[in-house]
Amino acid sequence: MNRNFIISALAATLAFSFSSAGMAGPREEQLDKYASAAKAASPAFSGFSAARGKTLHTQSFAGGKPDTPACTSCHGNDTRASGRNPAGKTIEAMALSASPARYSDPAKVEKWFKRNCSEVLGRECSPLEKGDWLTFMISQ
Amino acid sequence: MNLPARPLSLTLLAVAFSALVLGRAQAGGSHYFPPVSDPVVKEECGSCHLAFAPSMLPTSSWQRMMGDLKNHFGDDATVDPEIAAKIADYLAGNAADTGGRRYSDKLLRGVSTANAPLRITELPKWVKEHRKVPDWEWKHKEVRTRANCAACHADAERGYYDE
Repeated sequence: MNRNFIISALAATLAFSFSSAGMAGPREEQLDKYASAAKAASPAFSGFSAARGKTLHTQSFAGGKPDTPACTSCHGNDTRASGRNPAGKTIEAMALSASPARYSDPAKVEKWFKRNCSEVLGRECSPLEKGDWLTFMISQ
Repeated sequence: MNLPARPLSLTLLAVAFSALVLGRAQAGGSHYFPPVSDPVVKEECGSCHLAFAPSMLPTSSWQRMMGDLKNHFGDDATVDPEIAAKIADYLAGNAADTGGRRYSDKLLRGVSTANAPLRITELPKWVKEHRKVPDWEWKHKEVRTRANCAACHADAERGYYDE
């Protein structure tokens, strides 16, 4: 009886973890919001691309601060390694696989897009860019 | 015995540098500035740089700083108005001339609170304490800026600036 109980408890736990894995978490919800905005901006929008996100992350821009032309200026070239900002502070790795707690607070994600896009690109990032970038980091 | 010369000399250099910096930092005497204890302030003020102790600047300075986060030492550090108000309250309540007074009497010597200085590193006492640190140490890649206290003061995060 005791064993039966343990087995059914285990089964319930398993079932629950599967069902919660299927539920939309804060990352998926945020991506959905970016997708709606991207679709509104361009009807041709057909989904986010990790490859475009990678390009955005690694390319150099001329519009921002000379010290930080690219995301990688501070975050480094390896998404799974920590980076370092101009003040010398360590930045936790950006890849979700390396920093599993990342991107779970939509307000925090937006805050850093606002700051860092302005520093690196010299402008706001579009919903398409944000979605691509987030898709890339979640895939990493 | 065949010792690898390059790694060995690099290690020696690193040890010598650490000893130098450590020795310099140890000359300071006993300086404790209670670190930020509020989790919101710690998160918002401590994600780009060390969350500087509120007792390192007078209230007037913190008010001036919080009044212009859009131009925060060259960066736009704006936060939610509600959060900003919370941070401003915390800083003002623990500033060098209010709640944090007993830790900061020396640091505020020669400082006019009416001037509301924004840089801790320009306070006369700070300048005096760091006068022997040569330029190359400030430029070292582990230091980069005078605001990077923790590069030399290993326990800065916990409020200790005396080793």
